[in-house]
Amino acid sequence: MMLYEYAAKEIFSRYGIPVPRSFLATDATDAGKIADKLGHVVLKAQVATGGRGKAGGILRAENKHDAQVNARQILGMSIKGLTVKKLLIEEYIKPEKEMYLGITIDRKARCPIIMASSEGGVDIEEVARTSPEKIKKMHIHPLTELHDYQAREIAIFLNKDGVTQIIDIIQKLYRVFTENDCTLAEINPLALTGNGFIALDAKMNIDDNAMFRQKFMEEEEDTPTATARKNGMSYVGLDGDIGCIVNGAGLAMATLDMIKYYGGEAANFMDVRAGANKEQIKVALRLVSSNIKVKSILINIFGGITKCDEVARGIIDSGVSIPIVIRLTGTNEEEGRRMLEEHDMILVSTSEEAAKEAVALGHSHK
Amino acid sequence: MGILINKDTRLLVQGITGAVGSFQTKQMQDFGTNVVAGVTPGKGGNTVNGVPVFDSVREAVDVEKSNASVIFVPPKFAADAIYEACDNGIELIVCITEGIPVHDMMRVCAYLENSQSMLLGPNGPGVTTPGESKIGIMPNPIHSPGNVGLVSRSGTLTYEIIDLLSKSGIGQSTSVGIGGDQIAGTSFIEILRLFEEDPKTSAVVMVGEIGGTAEQDAIEFIKQMSKPVIAYIVGVSAPAGKTMGHAGAIVSSGGGTAIEKIQAFESAGVTVGKSPVDIVRIVKNIV
Repeated sequence: MMLYEYAAKEIFSRYGIPVPRSFLATDATDAGKIADKLGHVVLKAQVATGGRGKAGGILRAENKHDAQVNARQILGMSIKGLTVKKLLIEEYIKPEKEMYLGITIDRKARCPIIMASSEGGVDIEEVARTSPEKIKKMHIHPLTELHDYQAREIAIFLNKDGVTQIIDIIQKLYRVFTENDCTLAEINPLALTGNGFIALDAKMNIDDNAMFRQKFMEEEEDTPTATARKNGMSYVGLDGDIGCIVNGAGLAMATLDMIKYYGGEAANFMDVRAGANKEQIKVALRLVSSNIKVKSILINIFGGITKCDEVARGIIDSGVSIPIVIRLTGTNEEEGRRMLEEHDMILVSTSEEAAKEAVALGHSHK
Repeated sequence: MGILINKDTRLLVQGITGAVGSFQTKQMQDFGTNVVAGVTPGKGGNTVNGVPVFDSVREAVDVEKSNASVIFVPPKFAADAIYEACDNGIELIVCITEGIPVHDMMRVCAYLENSQSMLLGPNGPGVTTPGESKIGIMPNPIHSPGNVGLVSRSGTLTYEIIDLLSKSGIGQSTSVGIGGDQIAGTSFIEILRLFEEDPKTSAVVMVGEIGGTAEQDAIEFIKQMSKPVIAYIVGVSAPAGKTMGHAGAIVSSGGGTAIEKIQAFESAGVTVGKSPVDIVRIVKNIV
């Protein structure tokens, strides 16, 4: 889960990492009042995605009037499908120099990795491609954690002046990273100003698996992805018109690939996980069919822990009217198939047939 | 033969009294696995399907000489269960649990590096050697004994391929799931090396997916192998930046897309199948 910038900055601030003074606004009037207080400000759209600047979601304002005008422009706009409901309005700070500091997980080395660059404010992946010598990377042992010398080396690499303060920021960011179960904790840019170093942006991705021990103010989002998560399933929206419900992430991806291979496009990825019950199947079908683009639905179940008859009950009870192609195999297969046959459902026996059939059905309903 | 497990494997089930633990214990016994002990703290003295339950791994090892363990405990307690198995000298630890925090797994893997234990998973279906033993949750009826080794990051997709292989008359030496998380206890390379050394295995099917570079990391090793490896990579249609169900299945930086992986394999001369059916067709031509 990616935190909103304001939430990440609150955490940074709690750990003692300097951030600009800021306030949240949900309407233009408030934005004007805040600008009155702070003077020259930056208005930043609060959506949990990157590319806000490019989408026009970050604007400066030198006075109350401009802040109101710009707030009206940003609030309500859509950035990568997310509607802007909140603005972070913070004092504008002119950086003398912009740097990059981030901590993430190196999957291959199976440990945290700190990345630093004297060029900040830009796409770090891009710097890594074009001028890798400008990035310093350092692995951190998960059991002994960050050593002082490591923080010192990075600080010296970033800026020879102010090493003490940079070391302090690196150590605090590392604590943010481990104590909050981050998969990414990033300051981009880390700015050098007349008053020392300050985090102008803050990005934190939290490990979804660690939510049982982390309490974040999760925004109540009414998206299919959020609803699926609440029901112990996984949903990702895509651009096509064939709805998909599969048990297992690997098989779900394979099913999507087969649909593509046969000339179709999936409307979504959906993994109902192991052991899905009737109610979960109903929720899954409701979510998938609520997408108006969906012309046909493919259900692909290889029952191990998941029981085919339970899945069949969910399908029958759902009352979805969009044509469904079903492939059910594994535990309690005969019972499941018999129930579905009684209800005149389209049953096939392999994943490939299911993909072919779903593509054909989708075409005939255009 | 086959790899990792055989008839002599003495299995301990951590979390045996839970719904999944007890159900899967029965399934493994039906398959022929020698389940010798179970552990659930506080439930020592009971039995599950005739298997004695202990309060700690130490007792289970002392009394029943377990040398392998399978973990069915919830994510919150799973890392601790792995440490306990490791500290008591369990050689093979198979962790089925899905949803363990990645920070826990980084520490666990670092800890295990200086131990005798090998960890399969987490978030994987386990390991099956048909005719010998099964540790984990792969459905019993799909397997048949033979000479094809299989290693995969997935669960149900693995079942699908095993099932198709068996139905086409192609048996398996051992099928191994290394798990779908970002951090895996065992890599493709380690399993491929075991298959290369196993006299019973004559070819290997490797099933990968988007995210990370675990598949590409294995290429140099595959080139040195004497046995053919047939690869299958899923997630061609996956968009960047979205987690596709498995915590590890996310394209976040260079090298993680299915296309990049497929191209890396093909340019190294490794045959890549387009679908489970295609994989089986290729394997049939080889063996």
